[in-house]
Amino acid sequence: MSDLLSLSAVAARAALESGEISAPELTAAYLGAVEETAPLNNYVAVTADRALEMAAASQARIKSGEAGLIEGIPVGVKDLFCTAGVVSTACSRILEGFTPTYESTVTANLWREGGVMLGKLNCDEFAMGSGNETSAFGPAINPWQGGDGVDLVPGGSSGGSAAAVAARAALLATGTDTGGSIRQPAAFCGIVGMKPTYGRCSRWGIVAFASSLDQAGPFSRTVADNALMMQAMAGHDPKDSTSADAPLPDLMAALDKGVKGMKIGVPAEYVMDGMDGEVVALWEQGQAWLRDAGAELVEISLPHTKYALPAYYIIAPAEASSNLARYDGVRYGLRVEADSLDEMYAGTRAAGFGEEVQRRILIGTYVLSAGYYDAYYLKAQKVRRLIKQDFDSAFEIVDAILTPATPTAAFPVGRKVDDPVTNYLNDVFTVPANLAGLPGMALPAGLNSDGLPLGLQILGRPFDEASLYSIGRVIEDAAAFSAVPQRRAGGAS
Amino acid sequence: MSNLVEGRTGEWEVVIGLEVHAQVASNAKLFSGAPTAFGADPNANVSLVDAAMPGMLPVINQECVRQAIRTGLGLKAEINLVSVFDRKNYFYADLPQGYQISQYKQPIVGEGVLRLDMPDGTTREIGIERLHLEQDAGKSMHDQHPSKSYIDLNRTGVALMEIVSRPDMRSAAEAAAYVRKLRSILRYLGTCDGNMEEGSLRADVNVSVRRPGAEFGTRTETKNLNSLRFIQQAIDYEVARQIEIIEDGGEIDQETRLFDTSTGTTRAMRSKEDAHDYRYFPDPDLLPLVIPQAEVDELSAALPELPDQIRDRLTGEYGLSAYDAAVITEERETAAYYEAASAGRDRKLVANWMTVELFGALNKSGQTLADCKVTPAALGGLVGLIEDGTISGKIAKDVFAAMFESGKDAAAIVEEQGLKQVSDSGAIEVMIDEVLATNQDKVAEYRGGKDKLFGFFVGQVMKASKGQANPGMVNQLLRAKLDG
Repeated sequence: MSDLLSLSAVAARAALESGEISAPELTAAYLGAVEETAPLNNYVAVTADRALEMAAASQARIKSGEAGLIEGIPVGVKDLFCTAGVVSTACSRILEGFTPTYESTVTANLWREGGVMLGKLNCDEFAMGSGNETSAFGPAINPWQGGDGVDLVPGGSSGGSAAAVAARAALLATGTDTGGSIRQPAAFCGIVGMKPTYGRCSRWGIVAFASSLDQAGPFSRTVADNALMMQAMAGHDPKDSTSADAPLPDLMAALDKGVKGMKIGVPAEYVMDGMDGEVVALWEQGQAWLRDAGAELVEISLPHTKYALPAYYIIAPAEASSNLARYDGVRYGLRVEADSLDEMYAGTRAAGFGEEVQRRILIGTYVLSAGYYDAYYLKAQKVRRLIKQDFDSAFEIVDAILTPATPTAAFPVGRKVDDPVTNYLNDVFTVPANLAGLPGMALPAGLNSDGLPLGLQILGRPFDEASLYSIGRVIEDAAAFSAVPQRRAGGAS
Repeated sequence: MSNLVEGRTGEWEVVIGLEVHAQVASNAKLFSGAPTAFGADPNANVSLVDAAMPGMLPVINQECVRQAIRTGLGLKAEINLVSVFDRKNYFYADLPQGYQISQYKQPIVGEGVLRLDMPDGTTREIGIERLHLEQDAGKSMHDQHPSKSYIDLNRTGVALMEIVSRPDMRSAAEAAAYVRKLRSILRYLGTCDGNMEEGSLRADVNVSVRRPGAEFGTRTETKNLNSLRFIQQAIDYEVARQIEIIEDGGEIDQETRLFDTSTGTTRAMRSKEDAHDYRYFPDPDLLPLVIPQAEVDELSAALPELPDQIRDRLTGEYGLSAYDAAVITEERETAAYYEAASAGRDRKLVANWMTVELFGALNKSGQTLADCKVTPAALGGLVGLIEDGTISGKIAKDVFAAMFESGKDAAAIVEEQGLKQVSDSGAIEVMIDEVLATNQDKVAEYRGGKDKLFGFFVGQVMKASKGQANPGMVNQLLRAKLDG
């Protein structure tokens, strides 16, 4: 069984086509892995029966030569995606038991291309968090363990997705990234995560956190698998007004292009005070790999970087405060009965939303209030434009930008943090790409002295995911990252 | 004409501005594909987007955008090629999203103007400040159950145009005339059915008073008036209330008020202090609305003839009074009726017959022009009979009444009932002789200098002719006999 779990999606596709393995067999192996890794709390719902049905249908399509891009590949779905007939809660009590009648565009695309749904994956409540610790279902656990055996967070908000793929409890998984929620957990779990260009993937059917920042993207163990999944899930959707009607190039073809002649920017402002020395060293190593592969490394300046985090923590809560107004107890989800409408709202929302969500709703409501709007929200939007301009200028010189993915490796579950701002610093390298709408990929590049994965991030021009896959493949080959997490399925023996 | 209102302490000027909410005529809602048909079962016209299910997103209905552009063009307004949808945030049970998508800082239509023709012959120009697109809310019903409220989301997300006037009106009559004119333009354009009973057209009325020429006074806003009568009642009540408060030494509170249709009065709903903070911000689910100039040009070229254009033709070419022309052109159907009825006839006479007799009869019988049995050709025919002297104006009124009942042609009725005017001088002279013979005493008085009796003799002759004698000839022949 562990052989099946070690296959990449690309390899599994080849084995399925050749008849070496069958889709039901592969799915059964993954359902076993899901069960085996249950203590990691990565899944909040397992759809075993549906998975087996879908696998059988995939097998039939493979036989009849009608296989889709990811035909027969077991996929986990972040609980932020609405899935028809399957409970979809955004890991919030306020949506307890909510079962949509509709399927998000992204997951519908994946099923259309033959993906097999394993279940719903744990995440931070409404995708608000950097450690998957705000989930109503409790924290998801990283399959990587520190030297002291302490449980580590998988990162967040797509923590369950990253952890499940790393633990071999899903071959691929969906995530969403509003300020780093794909890239940071990918880095913490030693896998590949891509946040595509804003507008590349439809937001229709994904529970909204911050509409102008949210983007869905793929998690995988290899760069090639990531390109494959991206190809299957992206595309223009007329149901999402912000979805881009831009052609999606052949991403698999980009994998072997190399980086010869490419100019890769290294932003001076991403060297931060108190940054982990190992992170800096890895970043320099990444630059060396690309130089060795024929790229030209160029020092660039992104002068407004230091304002990105403050601007993000105004814009994202502002949009969230409005997006989450619909969870009011009137039509679906939790309702706390009361004598008046206002009391019902207050009771429902106090009981339904966790502390972090409530904090962000309060911040968002505050920054949009009369008298504060100009000073906070409007100013943050100006900063956002400046950050976009920084990148526009940089991309006149370079083809892509290399940065660390996170300032640190994964931290312990339950780490006591008095100041929520400390947690927000996790997103310092990832947030600018969301503000500017750019594609960004995180991928594993090495281990720190505690044996925990560290990741690099590549940022690209809008709609140039292809270059990120070319560069990612070069780093992947050079890093030859082969370490595996202790708590993976089939790994305990 | 002075619109000033006399108070105990002197004269007051009334200042009125209107915000009209007009439901966009469209098959689907503003941001969802759900139908807009009136009268459906509760919650029948509700999509996942309208119910604000998790992950649902708005997509603009381009037909609603075109309707707003047409309306802007009809109001001679600036069309903003870039406009922005904002979220207006507030909690209410019939507002599923927790916000209304509206346009706050950058509306689709900017400044325009609307011309009013008042009954006294004066013309007023009322400034339009802006027109923006927004979603309607649903309906809460608190009277269906002793302890529960029921929610109907059929209206949720239906497209509205909010049309905001400048504070340019100076009386309740002008405000009513403004709404009538606006409704007329919307109907000509086909951008709103203007049906106030069904709520397709509602007005919020801003009223203040001031001494003539002084600064604007503090205004109140009375919400959601759905008839011309209520608009006028609410204004009249507010004007009297405000003048009384100020004359008693008080101050007007800037507040939102509700109109009570049963008493014709208004009462405070919420004051400025407890006004909502709507936390407007651009809706991140929607890109700015960008309209190509070519689309505006195309819509402009396809615009139908509007009431003001027809009115100008009616006053310019046909010599009608501005007010009559405005009344006739208020509805496209009426204008078309008039054009057909008056073709080749005395235009002014037809206008008179339409505005007085036809509209009077329709009003009295509660019919509309569409149900009316009198065709434009038939009314034209009636006026033709007056013009060529076949019947007198007086007889024509009876003929018209018969036409209105039966739908028959004027000529046929005149023929059937033998109402043809008598213009045979011999026959008239015979009747005159009989009248003079039976009233010899009066003849003597007349000849003795009592000139006023001439009218009496005319009346007697007309009576003898059953009204059919040609009145001009009766006059002429009678004078010859009496004075000769």
